[in-house]
Amino acid sequence: MDWGAIVQNSFRGFIGEPFIYFSLAAMGLNMHYGYTGLLNFGQAVFMAAGAYGLSMAVVTLGLNFWWGLLLGIVVFPLLLALIMGIPTLRLRADYLAIVTIAASEMFRIIARSPSLDRWTGSSDGLTAFANTFYDFNPFDKQKRYFFGLFIGNQMWVVLVGWIVLSLVALIVWMTMRSPWGRVLRAIREDEDAARSLGKNAYSFKMQSLMIGGIFGALGGMFRAIGTQSAQPQNFITDVTFFAWVALILGGAAKVGGPIAGAAILYGILNFTDVFLRQLVENDYIPESVMDGTQVGQVRFMLIGLGLILLAVYRPQGIFGTKEEMALDDR
Amino acid sequence: MTADSSNAQHLFDGVPFEPGTSKNDPILVADNVRRAFGGLVAVDVEHLEVQRGAITALIGPNGAGKTTFFNLLTNFDEPDTGSRVFEGNDLSGVSAYKVANLGMVRTFQLTKSLSKMTVIDNMRLGGTGQAGESFFRALFPFMWRRQEAEITERADALLERFKLSHMRDEFAGTLSGGQRKLLEMARALMVKPNMVMLDEPMAGVNPALKQSLLEHVKGLRDEGMTVLFVEHDMDMVQEISDWVVVMAEGRIIAEGPPASIASNQAVVDAYLGSHHDSALDLEAD
Amino acid sequence: MGGVQLTTIVARVWRGVATVFLVSLVLLGLGPADSVAAQEDGGEVSGSLLQRNDDGERVGVAGVIFRAFDESGAEVSSTTTAEDGSWSMTVPEGTYDILLDEQTLPEGVSLRNPDKNPAQVTLIDGASKSALFPLGEAAASSVGGNTVIQLIVDGLKLGLIIAMCAIGLSLIYGTTGLTNFAHGEAVTFGAVTAYLLNSTGVFGVRLHLIPATFIVIAICGGAGGLFNRAVWRPMRRRGASLVAALVVSIGFSIFFRYVILFIFSGRAKRLRDYQIQEQWDLGLFRLAPKDLVLMIISVAVLVGVALALQLTRMGKAMRAVSDNRDLAESTGIDVERVISLVWICGSALAGLGGVLFGLTESINWEMGFRILLLMFAGVTLGGLGTAYGALFGSIIVGLFIQLSTLVIPTDMKNVGALLMLIVILLIRPQGLFGRRERIG
Repeated sequence: MDWGAIVQNSFRGFIGEPFIYFSLAAMGLNMHYGYTGLLNFGQAVFMAAGAYGLSMAVVTLGLNFWWGLLLGIVVFPLLLALIMGIPTLRLRADYLAIVTIAASEMFRIIARSPSLDRWTGSSDGLTAFANTFYDFNPFDKQKRYFFGLFIGNQMWVVLVGWIVLSLVALIVWMTMRSPWGRVLRAIREDEDAARSLGKNAYSFKMQSLMIGGIFGALGGMFRAIGTQSAQPQNFITDVTFFAWVALILGGAAKVGGPIAGAAILYGILNFTDVFLRQLVENDYIPESVMDGTQVGQVRFMLIGLGLILLAVYRPQGIFGTKEEMALDDR
Repeated sequence: MTADSSNAQHLFDGVPFEPGTSKNDPILVADNVRRAFGGLVAVDVEHLEVQRGAITALIGPNGAGKTTFFNLLTNFDEPDTGSRVFEGNDLSGVSAYKVANLGMVRTFQLTKSLSKMTVIDNMRLGGTGQAGESFFRALFPFMWRRQEAEITERADALLERFKLSHMRDEFAGTLSGGQRKLLEMARALMVKPNMVMLDEPMAGVNPALKQSLLEHVKGLRDEGMTVLFVEHDMDMVQEISDWVVVMAEGRIIAEGPPASIASNQAVVDAYLGSHHDSALDLEAD
Repeated sequence: MGGVQLTTIVARVWRGVATVFLVSLVLLGLGPADSVAAQEDGGEVSGSLLQRNDDGERVGVAGVIFRAFDESGAEVSSTTTAEDGSWSMTVPEGTYDILLDEQTLPEGVSLRNPDKNPAQVTLIDGASKSALFPLGEAAASSVGGNTVIQLIVDGLKLGLIIAMCAIGLSLIYGTTGLTNFAHGEAVTFGAVTAYLLNSTGVFGVRLHLIPATFIVIAICGGAGGLFNRAVWRPMRRRGASLVAALVVSIGFSIFFRYVILFIFSGRAKRLRDYQIQEQWDLGLFRLAPKDLVLMIISVAVLVGVALALQLTRMGKAMRAVSDNRDLAESTGIDVERVISLVWICGSALAGLGGVLFGLTESINWEMGFRILLLMFAGVTLGGLGTAYGALFGSIIVGLFIQLSTLVIPTDMKNVGALLMLIVILLIRPQGLFGRRERIG
């Protein structure tokens, strides 16, 4: 057993690329669910909007990287929020849940369809669209950085990721202390009360959906930039629930909740991943029970179990308080 | 009937005591308002005018359609047919939140104090036209800080008046039932309304608090606001209302000052029809 | 089943009358897929899909989709056959399942060996491999203009299956208020259990599909009842919020799905019995005997459920609890018992739906989740919480999915149904049969 690799990988999970993708996505969910009470089960589609906005702009449409940023951060997520929000935000909460999860499925079907290959690259996805991003990389591609965890290009992705993450956290913190955030929290508590006081609940919910969606798109865009590829299987329905687990784990309606949750989640996931792989490789687990490819499936089971256990036993998360926000409210 | 309840009685000079009668200066007018659920007609009101500056009570036996009618008047529900006009504004198709901005604010039968927000935040929420309620301005506190201070000042003054100052920074969830009613009323006043609509303000309030709540309602009228409330508690109806509207089976069957209502044959029949106990005290529950 | 014997004879007669003829429907007007640059350490999988036309010449079949799955069940590549029937995919080194998407085959064309789809291919050192998918003799295809009727028949079949699965979803929602996202896994569970009994065999015995189906129904019903008892009843007792319940049901959906994947693997599989059946040509449309049987079973079950809801004491109690739980409780109905029964019946129906769906298409680990979304579309269309609404809504969704292939590529047909879900919410959120609710 290579304990060094296990420790190193777990630590990498704590602060590395997936942590960044998913804490951004979970911060978006925090805006949706934690502050506004919206049940968005399709955050993966917002992530995909960021990834495909950038990659389609560059690869399919031949625009430059900066137009890609505009498309991926602003145009795609806002359109998506309008499409999913207009029919559902006037209705009871589970309608948004159903429509968002349906949107995930629609994305999967459309993005994989070979008939749209020339636009989306179908299941192969699109690649090599973030060269401009790496042109600005000040780190040496050959060297390792940060306790040897990241090579140059990765370090650049992670560093920019941390900066964006901090900015997003700052935006959430500022807006939640403002009257705008107060209206969102009021809507989460009781939409009719907010409406009776002259607040346009529909409009505020839409704003929340859009802004949280943009955070999610940022997460997805980083995922695309980090791997220089946008592929449908990186944004399947279940990906949304990695962000949900991160959010509930850390505690909803806390600015730092999703960040802490994503760090802990990816620490745990990377640990079990490497640990299980080592067990399999060293024949502590016989091939008949589990082989290498099945290790990846275990992480999804953990996500499912995590959702169940958190919802039942710790609805307020690790850092949240029941008084302020817990999953089992209402 | 106590003496001070006739404070606004003069507003009704010359108004006949009959259902659907026109008032001297109506603030809210409903015409042919009809609402059916499935095959059941819950509300079918031909005509109702609500007098400006007075306290009007809306009563009726269980299932008379009071709450449905109330929701229709406040635009929290849309009628199948008919119109409602508030201060010259047709409310058809207008969103509920816009009605509040027109100056009509409502409370709820089951209080909707926002229990995971502090009392003072509950109050601040009521302030209208807040610059900081725009996402982009929210990011620049200097653009809304002064207005926030003004709103907080007004909120504190109202909390003082409603004797809730000591709970200012507590979560609203920690308040007692009666205190929540007070908070909801105080919060409604933050909107600076012309008309306050109260849905069963006395439901679940202990007797000790009842009197102070009554005084607050009268206080609203004395400040020039129009009040309409739905109530089961006949003490309250008798004590503070200037005008009573009685509903039964979705229709308005009688109107008049409180004293005229208890002896009205249609009202007695309506209550007797649905309840077998004494009709004289008009206790619906 | 004696009926099958008879049906085969009838099919033969029809076949004799019919002429062998190829419909080369170019489903995709977008032409050949762009070639993909070769990846490092990868290789090319390719092949040609050919079909004999009535002159006996071998011609290419265009517009058919091939997908490559790696060993974890993840899709790594896909492509569409060109006009000449040729196709190729570039994939990294490794072992892959190459799946021909049978739904994209033109009408009347089928695989000669459907059980050899997907085909396994191993690529080493950038070598190219070819995969063969011989097509069977097309039983006759009726001459033009009848596609719409064929699609309506296919749509009805799909809609009936969705409806059977959706009844449980709708009744559980009605009686407990829970939108059960794990309901799709009951469908998968039914199909997978049928596969184990029928194709793999238990203790060396491979059961015929008909007794196997009865066992599946019993197991799924029992599992549903157990699931309610172990998870949902305690949650109701604790007074858990609907959001918490929703999240828990999603947790179970994901957990069950990946446990099934872990055990069953990501490969699509087929039931042993009634695998290959020749379709009858009924002039206006074509139908395999199993499809007819399947539709009859569905209609019988759905009518049975409707009658039970309308006439039996338990059925009336279910409707009463759906209507108003507190009122039902106060009239002496044992609400928990009703809910128990709803879970058992709903899960059993979902399991049966899974078997029937497995009979028409292949069985895979996430089939239930895909159907779940179609159920949502059906239930929303009919009106959430209304039992009959779910039925009609599902059938309309099934029809819509099949008919939409007239205008959109077949592999995207489900998008139409999901889009319809969104449009319905926009114009008539209470569904076709629901009452107007108070909405802000």
